[in-house]
Amino acid sequence: MSCFRKMEKVIVAMQDPDMGMKMRNQRLLITVIPHAMTGQDVITWLIQKYHICEEEALHLGEMLVRYGYIYPLKEPRCLVLRPDESPYRFQTPYFWTSTRWPPTELDYAIYLAKKNIRKQGELMEYEKERYSLLHKRINHTWDFVVMQAREQLRASKQRRKADRIVLECQEQAYWLINRPPPGVQNMLDWALERPNNFSTRVPLNSDYYKSEIETSRRALGRNRVKSSVCLEGFIKYSEQYQNHDPIMQGCLPSNPWISDDIAYWTMNSEIVPVPTRLRVERWSFRFMELLSDTMGRREFMTYLEKEFSAENLHFWQACEEIRHGESSKIVEKVEDVYKNFLAPGAARWVNIDSKTMDKTLEGIKRPHRFVMDDAQMHIYFLMKKDSYPRYLKSDLYKNMLAKAVVPQETKKSVFPFMRRQRHSSPSPAQASAQAAEEDGRAGTNSAAGSHF
Amino acid sequence: MGEMEQLRKEAESLKDQITAARKAVQDSTLQEAAAGITVVGRIQMKTRKTLRGHLAKIYAMHWSTDSKLCVSASQDGKLIVWDSVTTNKVNAIPLKSSWVMTCAYAPSGNLVACGGLDNMCSIYNLKGKDGNVKVMRELAAHTGYLSCCRFISDTEIITSSGDCTCILWDIETGTQKTVFAGHQGDCMSLAVAPDFKFFISGACDFTAKLWDIREGTCRQTFGGHESDVNAIGFFPNGNAVITGSDDATCKLFDLRADQELITYQDSSIMCGVTSLAPSLSGRLILAGYDDFNVNIWDMLKAERVGVLAGHDNRVSCIGVSADGMACCTGSWDSFLKIWN
Repeated sequence: MSCFRKMEKVIVAMQDPDMGMKMRNQRLLITVIPHAMTGQDVITWLIQKYHICEEEALHLGEMLVRYGYIYPLKEPRCLVLRPDESPYRFQTPYFWTSTRWPPTELDYAIYLAKKNIRKQGELMEYEKERYSLLHKRINHTWDFVVMQAREQLRASKQRRKADRIVLECQEQAYWLINRPPPGVQNMLDWALERPNNFSTRVPLNSDYYKSEIETSRRALGRNRVKSSVCLEGFIKYSEQYQNHDPIMQGCLPSNPWISDDIAYWTMNSEIVPVPTRLRVERWSFRFMELLSDTMGRREFMTYLEKEFSAENLHFWQACEEIRHGESSKIVEKVEDVYKNFLAPGAARWVNIDSKTMDKTLEGIKRPHRFVMDDAQMHIYFLMKKDSYPRYLKSDLYKNMLAKAVVPQETKKSVFPFMRRQRHSSPSPAQASAQAAEEDGRAGTNSAAGSHF
Repeated sequence: MGEMEQLRKEAESLKDQITAARKAVQDSTLQEAAAGITVVGRIQMKTRKTLRGHLAKIYAMHWSTDSKLCVSASQDGKLIVWDSVTTNKVNAIPLKSSWVMTCAYAPSGNLVACGGLDNMCSIYNLKGKDGNVKVMRELAAHTGYLSCCRFISDTEIITSSGDCTCILWDIETGTQKTVFAGHQGDCMSLAVAPDFKFFISGACDFTAKLWDIREGTCRQTFGGHESDVNAIGFFPNGNAVITGSDDATCKLFDLRADQELITYQDSSIMCGVTSLAPSLSGRLILAGYDDFNVNIWDMLKAERVGVLAGHDNRVSCIGVSADGMACCTGSWDSFLKIWN
């Protein structure tokens, strides 16, 4: 609900005598309503205040109307912001959503009773239905309801006509939002009511503080990297992956969502005869990219076999299966791993330092999901620091990269000269290059279709 | 001074020391670091597909790792698996409880999960022998509503709950393996790290916490938001956490610097963030808001570079497919839209 406080700040700013909006009198039939503004005034003010475009100002203004902070004078049931001369008014803080929420059934009953008493037949169909429902539900207080309604009507008769109309408009606007007519979206539908933020379920007792202290002690001791280094890291990462980000750079041969051609997915499926260039490039970005791609892993395995160190990757894969596989198979799998990779004289013995080996062998006596973690980590770093960089320099990888496919952009078009939009937004450099290309190709046909 | 008062003071003092240690590594601001970079050009995405079929508010959606199938959960009591390319419904699973708040797709594609006000996480097997989709497990132990769930594999799933805890479950046996307690408010969302060793949770105590799955402990706590943290996600390289809150801002917390580095906010945005997802390169952050729009932020320049306006009600969930190709939004207007 903090959005309400923010909206209220906007509303208050709008009414600021110096920086706020210009208000004027609006004529409603024969009455003059003071302090009103037009829909266009609201939008213009929002554009200037927040430096946003008209579309966004309209969206923001609509929110203010939908939540009842501004209401229309003509067609009060239509809660939209019209960007024209239509008159609007600010809702009085008494009726602000944050002030009087949630409204009670009693309040609503009094309002409907007032409407009913004031003019017979003034209640709309849906209001009549609700009125009779309320009459049944809170029948025991009905005398009070009617009495209150009469009192309020009597008090309002003693006001000036203009004030009375204003009050009626304000009240009507309030109820249109808090008890919307059927078919109209209920803006105040908040789904689950969340309990108070700091839950009473968590007792703040000694145990709680003791565990907080322990957590904080450990957290305090951690190594912290300079923010400049971290920011640099993000810059480098997003630069490296920019060409691989279809939302930013599009994709070849074409975006299946736009062209309805699934060639992109076919070319990039798990196993293909020839992978795409972008895919093979990614294997060089980081070791996990290579390992998490089925084909990459296969290639790497081939390389390791040549180097007689394939047991490392086999071991790593077996450990992954223990980590993420079924609990019931853990004991069996750990046994297998021990026999094949760790036991003295094992067929695929892996070279782990003695400290890690001792710890692992001890852990195997009581096997669990994470028992191979340390050993797996050791072999992972061994491959990452040693075999991986050499693989990237090897002929095997270089050949793979050379024969990798760079898909041609599909030029399937229904209409000739219609340029298919490849992606959502080009980077500026690409835009000028493409424009130049298009000018050369499309000739003078002005029917060239989609543009950036 | 009682024992508890002393403990409370000690806890406060440690927190202050952590704040000081964080300040000590603040040697650069985002403006300085990203000074040489130009803002991404305006991003204009169009709705390519609309998935129609739900009859009530959609509360959650999750992509499958194949980037074509996705699952959505709605308060009409259905879990629907969509082929988003053809817009066909692959499965329409009726739920025992219609008060569903979250859903998840297993990385293998074999299972989906959902849960909500029934306080349980129900696991469904999509690849059952006779072709029918049946409940495989019902994981019950939470004492509050299920706000989010994410699979680690076909055998493990993590859930977050309104009872202020998160739980790691063994799906096979249907039992809880680890309880992650420490939040002081309802846990609203969670995300698993790319290496599956950690996960993060956002809660109504305005903080996000990083948990070590194996140890069961909280490694880092990130504060700074002024209201409930509704949405949370990892930056693609796993080094940062992005959060979205009711205070209408998104924040990026770096795990190595152990602090907030960037805030994404604009004075014209007043409604809370309900969901978020980074693009594949991490350069863009797509965030869904209560005001029916999705705002696209340039992660490095902290500027808005696009808006997705097309829903007629709150955007409750958003996801970017694994291949980065498309973004899917789900809304209270009962529709899912695919954008790119």
